[in-house]
Amino acid sequence: MIHVTDLHKSFGNTTILKGISTTFEQGKTNLVIGQSGSGKTVFLKCLLGLFDYDGGSINYDKQKFTDLSDDEKRNLRSKIGMVFQGSALFDSMTIEENIMFPLRMFTNQSESEMQDRANIVLKRVNLDNAQQKMPSEASGGMQKRVAIARAIVNNPKYLFCDEPNSGLDPKTAIVIDNLIQEITKEYNIVTVINSHDMNSVMEIGEKIIFLKDGEKAWEGSKETIFRTDNEAVSNFVYSSNLFKKVREMYLKA
Amino acid sequence: MNYLQNIGTYFFMIIEMFRKPTKRSVMVRLILKEIEDLVISSLGIVAFISFFVGGVITIQTALNITNPLIPKYLVGFATRQSIILEFAPTFISIIMAGKVGSFITSSIGTMRVTEQIDALEVMGVNSINYLVFPKTVAMVLYPFVISIAMFLGIIGGMAACVYGGFSTLEDYIHGVQIDFIPFHMFYAFIKTLVFAFILATIPSFHGYYMKGGALEVGKASTVAFVWTSVVIILLNYVLTQMLLS
Repeated sequence: MIHVTDLHKSFGNTTILKGISTTFEQGKTNLVIGQSGSGKTVFLKCLLGLFDYDGGSINYDKQKFTDLSDDEKRNLRSKIGMVFQGSALFDSMTIEENIMFPLRMFTNQSESEMQDRANIVLKRVNLDNAQQKMPSEASGGMQKRVAIARAIVNNPKYLFCDEPNSGLDPKTAIVIDNLIQEITKEYNIVTVINSHDMNSVMEIGEKIIFLKDGEKAWEGSKETIFRTDNEAVSNFVYSSNLFKKVREMYLKA
Repeated sequence: MNYLQNIGTYFFMIIEMFRKPTKRSVMVRLILKEIEDLVISSLGIVAFISFFVGGVITIQTALNITNPLIPKYLVGFATRQSIILEFAPTFISIIMAGKVGSFITSSIGTMRVTEQIDALEVMGVNSINYLVFPKTVAMVLYPFVISIAMFLGIIGGMAACVYGGFSTLEDYIHGVQIDFIPFHMFYAFIKTLVFAFILATIPSFHGYYMKGGALEVGKASTVAFVWTSVVIILLNYVLTQMLLS
């Protein structure tokens, strides 16, 4: 479980996060949604410790992030898997080497043990026979799956995804969404996903937080989002005619 | 103010480079790869430039010695001194600032732009140690490159001198050997080691702390080349003043 309390973050005179409090539970896909510039990425980077926050606290289970020593932070980070918006695969390594990287850095496994584990996770994300390809030879969807495989290879407790299906066609995007949700259940991990893709919201949003101008404007799930009377959420989620109609049909039903 | 901040950040990067070291087995692989990328792959261009610039130094020296009282072996002497003291350590380092420096800045800068550095940090890897330290260690072999530049420069001078008819082979070799001061080699290699550190760290700094996209990677490479050259030229003066005067 990740517990966030009254999180504040500013850059110079610009306040980005204005007191966000929430809890991300284990075994659930938690979505953070909001318009561009609402503070989603800064929020995620504060959770990951890439940005120091100005006020509030972040607790990973019972460990307060800012109270941890450098070694403890490093140890905690080895339990974190992250899928970046652009996949962030290492260009100079093959797909297999990319996936083995966390194992090489943080375990004492032999080469064959690492290869076996890499093959297992590659199979899990439906990417057989891609081990020796370079990332540049893989499609966007494949790169995302490799990024997911790399994120889960070391059995993480926490999985973070920043816009995991941006730039993907709708069909591949749903495959990626479902894969993340399946892995969340299978590994019983805390998954936090930054997204502004409404398909993801409707598909896998077991818990949804809506950020607006750096504040948590709404919290709910894919079921409750249909019934919300929060104007900011409605304007954001049901901005397209398609989703307006879907909502009307849902409410009628 | 911005310059001061950059200088402070640069020294912070140097300190950070030695903290939280990467696993030894991984680091050895990285160092070997950097030796190949930074040192071995530079040998071709260094050899080519050294040979022909050595020839040019000889021709220009020979053509400027018009007084018949000046002995012919002076061509070899002047070529050796120019190459050992200045051409090989400094001139080659400026060229390396363009070749190796822009490679380092663009490769690290691209990793920054594509969030690969963030990925390292999230995994708990000290990205500065992982990226900059192996490059710095690999550049410890830079004096080896400069030794080859010195050797080929003198050979190039010899070829130009003999085949251009400026003096005999014996005169040239005599000139190369005469009044040799071993301390000059020590001075040249001290300079080379300092320049090697600069060549590895300043371009890394510009790549690591760059902001923006692909266009900024190109700009960062250019800025890195300019600053690496400026620092090399300045340190060349300081070291020469300290060691030779």
